[in-house]
Amino acid sequence: MSYNFQTSYSTASRKRPRRLYLGRIILIAVTLAFLAAFLLLPLLAVFTQALAKGVGAYLAAISDPLAWSAIKLTLWVAAIAVPLNLVFGVAAAWAIAKFDFRGKSTLITLIDLPFAVSPVIAGLIYILIFGAHGWFGPFLQAHDIRIVFAVPGIVLATIFVTFPFVARELIPVMQAQGKDDEETALSLGANGWQTFWRVTFPNIRWGLLYGVLLCNARAMGEFGAVSVVSGHIRGLTNTVPLHVEILYNEYNYTAAFAVASLLALLALLTLAGKSILEWREPELYHAARRQQAIQRTRRS
Amino acid sequence: MFEISRRRAARQYFWGASLSLSLSAAAAALALVAGLLGSVAQAAAISLLNVSYDPTRELYEDYNKAFATYWKAKSGDDVTVNQSHGGSGKQARSVIDGLPADVVTLALAYDVDALASQGALIPANWQSRLPSNSTPYTSAIVFLVRKGNPKKIRDWSDLVRPGLEVITSNPKTSGGARWNYLAAWAWALKQPGGTDATAEAFVKKLYKNVPVLDSGARGSTVTFVERGIGDVLLAWESEAFLAVKELGHAKLDIVAPSLSILAEPPVAVVDKVVDKRGTRKVAEAYLKYLYSKEGQEIAAKHFYRPRDLEVAAKYANQFPTLPLVTIDAVFGGWSKAQATHFSDGGTFDRIYSQ
Repeated sequence: MSYNFQTSYSTASRKRPRRLYLGRIILIAVTLAFLAAFLLLPLLAVFTQALAKGVGAYLAAISDPLAWSAIKLTLWVAAIAVPLNLVFGVAAAWAIAKFDFRGKSTLITLIDLPFAVSPVIAGLIYILIFGAHGWFGPFLQAHDIRIVFAVPGIVLATIFVTFPFVARELIPVMQAQGKDDEETALSLGANGWQTFWRVTFPNIRWGLLYGVLLCNARAMGEFGAVSVVSGHIRGLTNTVPLHVEILYNEYNYTAAFAVASLLALLALLTLAGKSILEWREPELYHAARRQQAIQRTRRS
Repeated sequence: MFEISRRRAARQYFWGASLSLSLSAAAAALALVAGLLGSVAQAAAISLLNVSYDPTRELYEDYNKAFATYWKAKSGDDVTVNQSHGGSGKQARSVIDGLPADVVTLALAYDVDALASQGALIPANWQSRLPSNSTPYTSAIVFLVRKGNPKKIRDWSDLVRPGLEVITSNPKTSGGARWNYLAAWAWALKQPGGTDATAEAFVKKLYKNVPVLDSGARGSTVTFVERGIGDVLLAWESEAFLAVKELGHAKLDIVAPSLSILAEPPVAVVDKVVDKRGTRKVAEAYLKYLYSKEGQEIAAKHFYRPRDLEVAAKYANQFPTLPLVTIDAVFGGWSKAQATHFSDGGTFDRIYSQ
């Protein structure tokens, strides 16, 4: 698609070179200025603040036991939430893109729900369900099971807010690919599992990886929903974003920004990963297209 | 030829998928093991959870260390005290919703009352279980201004000047903010010809000068000190001294008004939690130690007014002298003050929504 766009664009520029050239410069300048002011500058500020008192203070802030427990908790939460959402997301996208059934549009709307709902509400939902006065509160208390104000609540809230990422990323990819390949595989005698692993999965894996990257970035960075269910117990239920807020509120600005820079670094890595994927994807896209064409000629 | 390359590609995809799946499975398993090991390590020692309000972070960081040493010497057990901080009202809400606090150290009695009335976590007579209304230390409400007091703010009457920006937090969620509000009210009431009506008019005018309401006292301090918003911060005395200490005497001055309120932040053992966890003995000792000479010294060092007369005399110089009224004398206690001023549809809602 992007290839076509560029061809038509270059033909147009050959017709009216001067005006488009000027317009292009202005557009690029505005975009760059906007990016610098709203994205690059704050990012730079995080790293300068983090290193304001030198590398020693930076390392000390990151290796503080409370910071470590926050980092460990965040990694753990992501390690549970992301694989679960990967499985849910693939299953949901597969069902929506490859099958027709009643209530499909309702399912798509439901998947989008976490994007539409404020994260604070997402957190409060779990307090209302699992809190001491919630629906299951008395039962959980009687059996001494802790969900909210403990790690399970944080995991649940994180799964809720990161639920749409994988599915949303996969549905368009899967829909674009259509069902022909799968139907062919099935008619040639492959079972459902083989069809998924050998036909569907190879086609979606880049989209899937991108969805997982985004899902992971949000899982590690989520503040609102986690803040509501965490209970803010230092060293036990504080994730990295919550720990950053605490440090900031304790006049510990260098440490706050040092820990925040870890999250910023994660964002940068995610973006780098995405760029690599986009750089590799056109090649794969065209390869897939060629194969489809070959298959079609063979079939006819 | 195509057949071969496709099969090879399929095989590659398959192995790639298997590898990534097994890697993530291994990571999940590792995390699980680490988590289990972590929880085993925690269970070996006694732990308490102290759910507190916003400005006590530094106080309890010190006090918890002192108590751990004291308890080790007394009983031989290691005790770790975990802390949770936030706006007082919000913290009480979390405990009612199931945050397993062994002890609460909140900003005002009403928030602890809520644990009795709404959660049935403690008996209604909790405040008589420890000396001095269960309040081991007290504080007052003072003004924090920019260095040199450029806006010449000396007393409550200055706060309603047009164009002045006053920073205080939201009385609905913050304990300190409720003390601020009541101190302003009490001052207006004590003026010549002061009635409830004139006090309400004064407080209403004051809140017209408030540009932003944070949810907790510490949020307001950061707004005023770090973000540089506002001309005066209404603050806990302890919070004001801490801000000056942390951020240097070059930037801020403390102003004591002509009248303030004796702020009593109470402490309580949460019966339902300690009985379930079997931590009653150490939780009670934790609060009693606050009343000891050592506990009182630590409180005074963090700019809380100690109850112990000897310790209070020793640190008398550090606190400004200012006449203090009590909530019982002026407002008839917290339940009444809360119902009149801060409940839904109360005076604060009335003056702030108009």
